[in-house]
Amino acid sequence: MTDAPEAGTPHAGPATSSKDIRKELRGLLYRSKTFIVGMLILAFWVFCAIAPGVVARQDPAAIEPASKWIHPFFKDGHFIGTDRRGADVFSRVIHGAREIMIIAPAATIVGTVVGVVLGLAMGYFRGPLDDILSRVIEALMSLPVILVTLLALTALTGGRLTIILLIGFLFGPIIARTVRAAVLTERNLDYVRAAELRGERASYIMFAEILPNVFGPIVVEFTVRLGYAVFTMAGLAFLGFGTQPGSPDWGRSIFEERSSLLSDVWWPSMMPALALASLVVAINMVADAIQGMIDR
Amino acid sequence: MSTPALEFNDLQLAYMVRGQAREVLRGVSFAVQPGETYGLVGESGCGKSTAAYTAVRYLPTNARILGGDVHLAGRDILSLDKKELQNLRANDVSIVYQDPGQALNPTIKVGLQLMEAYQLLGQSKHDALTNSREILRKVQIADPESVLGRYPHQLSGGMQQRVVIAMALACNPQLIILDEPTTGLDATVEAEVLDLIRGLRDEFGTSVLFISHNLGAIRAMCDRVGVLYAGKLVEEGRAQDVFDNPQHPYTVGLLRCLPRHGSRKSAQRLETIPGFQPLLGAPLPACVFVDRCPLATDKCREVAPQWTQLGDRKVRCHHVDRVHELVSSALPEGTPSTVDRSSTPMLVLDGVSKTFHQGGQAIKAVRDVSLELFAGETLGLVGESGSGKTTLAHTVLGIHAPDQANTITFDGKNLKPGTRKRPADQVRGIQIIFQNPDSALNRRHSVRRIIGRSLRRLAQLPHSEVDGALQEITASVRLTERHLDMRPSQLSGGLKQRVAIARAFAGHPRIVVCDEPTSSLDVSVQAAILNLLGDLQHDRDTSYLFISHDLRVVRYLSDRIAVLYLGRIMELGPAERVFDGPHHPYTEALLSAAPSVDGDTRERIRLDGEIPSAVNQPSGCVFHTRCQRRLEGDLCSTVEPPLTPTPDGGVIRCHIPFDQLGGQPVALRS
Repeated sequence: MTDAPEAGTPHAGPATSSKDIRKELRGLLYRSKTFIVGMLILAFWVFCAIAPGVVARQDPAAIEPASKWIHPFFKDGHFIGTDRRGADVFSRVIHGAREIMIIAPAATIVGTVVGVVLGLAMGYFRGPLDDILSRVIEALMSLPVILVTLLALTALTGGRLTIILLIGFLFGPIIARTVRAAVLTERNLDYVRAAELRGERASYIMFAEILPNVFGPIVVEFTVRLGYAVFTMAGLAFLGFGTQPGSPDWGRSIFEERSSLLSDVWWPSMMPALALASLVVAINMVADAIQGMIDR
Repeated sequence: MSTPALEFNDLQLAYMVRGQAREVLRGVSFAVQPGETYGLVGESGCGKSTAAYTAVRYLPTNARILGGDVHLAGRDILSLDKKELQNLRANDVSIVYQDPGQALNPTIKVGLQLMEAYQLLGQSKHDALTNSREILRKVQIADPESVLGRYPHQLSGGMQQRVVIAMALACNPQLIILDEPTTGLDATVEAEVLDLIRGLRDEFGTSVLFISHNLGAIRAMCDRVGVLYAGKLVEEGRAQDVFDNPQHPYTVGLLRCLPRHGSRKSAQRLETIPGFQPLLGAPLPACVFVDRCPLATDKCREVAPQWTQLGDRKVRCHHVDRVHELVSSALPEGTPSTVDRSSTPMLVLDGVSKTFHQGGQAIKAVRDVSLELFAGETLGLVGESGSGKTTLAHTVLGIHAPDQANTITFDGKNLKPGTRKRPADQVRGIQIIFQNPDSALNRRHSVRRIIGRSLRRLAQLPHSEVDGALQEITASVRLTERHLDMRPSQLSGGLKQRVAIARAFAGHPRIVVCDEPTSSLDVSVQAAILNLLGDLQHDRDTSYLFISHDLRVVRYLSDRIAVLYLGRIMELGPAERVFDGPHHPYTEALLSAAPSVDGDTRERIRLDGEIPSAVNQPSGCVFHTRCQRRLEGDLCSTVEPPLTPTPDGGVIRCHIPFDQLGGQPVALRS
């Protein structure tokens, strides 16, 4: 490849425009079956969280002790039967999506913001700040998330916001480690030095120069953490935190209905468990597809 | 004639990219005779590395051979099955790649890796060890025993490349393919490696396919050379003939892009080749070079030129009879330098030292450097890696703080260590152009944002004036409006470097540090960038601190040159004198190491060993351990020579009186 003539107009040179490149990457993503299937399932649950009444017409709270434990499928107007109080299981599963679809993404966003800020600062400044924070993060990561949340929720009042912040702050350090690693590679590049040499503030260098270049790993980390957040949320609900008795939340339902498994009544607990599994798997499929595209 | 060691017959090869075949080699034919060294030259993207990989059929999965064949020692390698191919690679041919650090496994000791090469041939452990020792001696490693027990990272780059060459020789191959074997090595080390390869070739009678973009290295090494352009050979002949008397317009252009014969910016501009090499897979015009050829006529667009035979050389051109017009045409005149050395210097370094502390050891990177830089002047910094050039430049930029404060004065004012502590006019006043524009430009920002930000920060322009200034600065580095909304990845290497230059010049700097600004670029692009740097300096009276390992480039642009060794100035003086002599023995050795496109006229001065560690510096004159002119007695090894003034206003650090120092201008002048 050679350069432009001195006097004439220089050519842009061999290049495909960045729009083309982005289009191509998007094309790759849309052609990936993992991505499409994952996205479809995800879209379904998002829709259920927004408008559960459209998918399931019956009232999930309507209790009818007379018609308890109706078997699946399609008997007496119940798609997948009823639970021990005679409420429609399908309706409960669909309505149960809302709580988790609010808390899990919110907690992940909090965690990502915390993680990105911490990771950028650690990777950019390095030195004692990085050393101290790294040790603290390692210590935090050795504690099981669910255990810490449990302890904290027992001590605090377990509102929705508390759970979001708690999980967010517990995920933050994990995300920070990924971001830090990416920032360490970037900060050795000359464009960072060039910014320093024109007297830019540290915050500008971190957020305007480095951040856009580490966006890929952040997106991947976000999706992966979202899966974990869903899991943690369900676990907490199973243990009775964050939800009221009788609420259609999946974790709560599994907890409340699990005893009927012994009497061969599997559907009231199995169905929300399947819903949970489908959501986590879908999120991981999307994460995998994005990761695969970034690594390319 | 006997069977060629390697023969390409009208080879056509394409890479499949998104279902489309992008042709890389478009009918390449050449032959490497037994015992011959054949060079392939060309700029990046011309297909020379692909040709090397094809020779051993080591190709990525998306490569498709569309036609032609390749014979290695008489066997058609494209028809071999997996087993035969493995045998062939194990026994008949070896490849040495550019980066020896990546060719060696960092977790395995050198000895084991080397023995592996022999054990693969079925030798016992004991034999393999004996042979490994023997081959290391052959590649001139003085102490094979200790090298065998070391890990690759414990060896210098030159030593690593020797080990890789030793491994390549293990199977006693008929053909060695060297793909840019010395790129990334210092000139002194490069010279040694080239000498070594030449010696081994003569000893073993091996054929060599030598691939490089370095025309000087090709000339020094090769019997015959083929010039590759856009996947087609355009000229082939004896290396000496091709370089002394090029017959294809492209070869002529390439050679005229280089600063040669001691050319200077004040005397002449460098030739550039307008336009770009055709894209991979783009439909080709009849003659591949027609769009950039000053001799092109309608015939060139309609009829593809066939080989024109001229004695023992071949040229693919319709206008061979007119090529001499190009050779004799005068280059445009340069811009005379107008440095006023009676004025106050722009930058004064007065005894600047920089010591790094690492693991309890003091690394003395820069020792007591004093120099002055005047407005509009270029000071070249020369030396092997580890000589402290970059550390010195970084100290001026404020990236490192010098050991003693108040040793650097900029425009009459003391220059504070640390960019952030400096007032705005000092930050703006000293800027840098980095070696690698890929790393120096933020790949997520548009050109407009990259340059615009510098205009706002450094020139402190209000928002309303940025657009106008942006137009002005982009025009002065010869970028167009269209480029502004592009990202760096959409620009070629030369255009990226123009963006980096525009950024450095945005705040009207007084001093620009140029840290190897052209070493990642092809020669024709390098020429355009050097011309641009010369113009900008002339128009804006900017001073340059110019670092480069390419001595011809340094000479072209510099008014004065400082030669550094182990952080000390060994010599400082006007460019002509430093190059033509009398000069320091170290300078002499550096100059003689660089292979020249014009052929080397003088015996090379060999520097023994590597540059010593900056931790344990030699006593007396730091250069005495490698000096070819060390005096009898122990004066040189006990007393450090002072910097003595020279008649031309420079300084020199040597015990030998100035008028007895070496002075024969070496290969750089013809």
